[in-house]
Amino acid sequence: MAMLGSINGVLMEGLDGDKTWRLQDYVARGGYSQLRRILENKLSQEDVIGEVKKSVLRGRGGAGFPTGLKWSFMPRSFPGDKYIVCNTDEGEPGTFKDRDIMAYNPHAVIEGMAIAAYAMGATRGYNYVHGEIWEIYQRFEAALDEARAAGFIGQKILGSEFSFELFAHHGYGAYICGEETALLESIEGKKGQPRFKPPFPASFGLYGKPTTINNTETFASIPFILKMGGEEFLNLGKPNNGGTKLFSVSGHVNRPGNYEIPLGTPFATLLEMCGGMRGGRKLKAVIPGGSSAPVMPANVIMDCTMDYDSISKGGSMLGSGAVIVMDETVCMVKALERLSFFYHEESCGQCTPCREGTAWMYKVVHRIENGLGKPEDLDLLNSVLGNIAGRTICALGDAAAFPVQSFIKHFRSEFEYHIENKTCLVPKDVQWAGSGFHKASV
Amino acid sequence: MFSAETLQKFAREVAKYPVDQKQSAVMACLAHAQEEKGWLPPEAIEAVAVYLGMPPMAAYEVASFYNMYDLKPVGKYKITVCTNLPCALSGGYHAGEYVQKKLGIGYGETTPDGKFTLKEGECMGACGDAPVFIVNNRSMCSHMHPEQIDKLLEECK
Repeated sequence: MAMLGSINGVLMEGLDGDKTWRLQDYVARGGYSQLRRILENKLSQEDVIGEVKKSVLRGRGGAGFPTGLKWSFMPRSFPGDKYIVCNTDEGEPGTFKDRDIMAYNPHAVIEGMAIAAYAMGATRGYNYVHGEIWEIYQRFEAALDEARAAGFIGQKILGSEFSFELFAHHGYGAYICGEETALLESIEGKKGQPRFKPPFPASFGLYGKPTTINNTETFASIPFILKMGGEEFLNLGKPNNGGTKLFSVSGHVNRPGNYEIPLGTPFATLLEMCGGMRGGRKLKAVIPGGSSAPVMPANVIMDCTMDYDSISKGGSMLGSGAVIVMDETVCMVKALERLSFFYHEESCGQCTPCREGTAWMYKVVHRIENGLGKPEDLDLLNSVLGNIAGRTICALGDAAAFPVQSFIKHFRSEFEYHIENKTCLVPKDVQWAGSGFHKASV
Repeated sequence: MFSAETLQKFAREVAKYPVDQKQSAVMACLAHAQEEKGWLPPEAIEAVAVYLGMPPMAAYEVASFYNMYDLKPVGKYKITVCTNLPCALSGGYHAGEYVQKKLGIGYGETTPDGKFTLKEGECMGACGDAPVFIVNNRSMCSHMHPEQIDKLLEECK
């Protein structure tokens, strides 16, 4: 199990790895009681949305948009089909929390989606699952079968007038489908290329119908918010940053894994929970919110708390809560080279600035890493990224530009050293030892 | 073209979507088709398209857009290695080098006996368990240090 610790845990509390994901276990933990309460007491849609608004739950997929507000955009009285879509296309490098939520608490996602459907008058839902996690997709399908058999999803749920059909859709390897409109295209059986917005999905979504898309962790939080009350959930975190959140910590820590902590917890505390730096080495840099978030030097992140506002003040973004920890064995040029390759590889090719620009960024960083950099290359990179950011249909272009910009800004001397000396500032054998791969075999 | 079992899987997927939106099942049907055939020959893509009542070119667009479809034959075991940054920090590159050396092939290549194909993959959403491999798109293998890699190759008969 990759859930390794928590402070005031909510979503992942009381779980025992692979042993407690089934319906009976979830019900024993108080699961589906909120869906039942809403239906039995005929709570109004406004009340449900109001409670979510009070919690100041912000979208856990990366953008951090207030969930209650998003829900209120949905034209609830629109006649005909409306859709609820869950985004489990978790492919942002560094992020692996939704996988654990789906594996260990799948019914929380299902109950959250059913409550969302009730609140927004939707009748059908899909959960789009990342292609690479087939085993987790199968588990979610099994959980859906259980929920269907128990009458928690389907027609006339728990004897009420509310009906909601929910299905899982399995992706097949495209980072871009984490972008919500690309995801919708993908469910429609097309290439996952983002749509121009507006219109937004709330008015023209799946099959052209009003649609609300939220992240897996967002939906999974909903039953708990309704259970404890929006205000209490908010108070777990800090103002404007409600609740606890899952952080996926990867890289150079002793215990990489998922940790559920209140928003506003100091980064230093999280690092301590992870058993500190691997081999006791020195922290060099952290990407706090998935590969698309700007990198932060050690001294800046050490003064931050893990919440949207603090990380934003520190010059980056909390994103999906994917904390990539890098120690002094990392060559920042090589690190950036790999990220730039990723964005080049995953650009959907629709917009020229992104399709061509990501290729150029990778090409230039690649030649710097390989000792062929030219003194003017850093200016060239800045010019390329300036011609991508803000000029594309979706945010992948910006996401590709941010790392380049921030790596050069904070570690410029390493790039300059590379260009001048045609090799890394961090000796190759130090880098080699840093990964721990060869040592683990002894 | 497809076995009764595969056709049953197709039907289960189609049933998930509104009756006038059968095309939505194309991704899943292509995946099941690939599972049966080992890869996606053009005839299989066309047969899926015909089954779903969509133009073959639209199905081909999907098959060529998503990374996990194989439009060329692959070995009996396709091993995809994540080398993205979070994995690389914990040995992703080195695990890739190790398995390349063991099999004597590079990324995108297949062993002469047709048993193994190696691919370099993008983030599989399991960075905490790095290094991470996926076998035949379905089975995720975590913490792939030398002994685990040896064991995996041993088990791939």
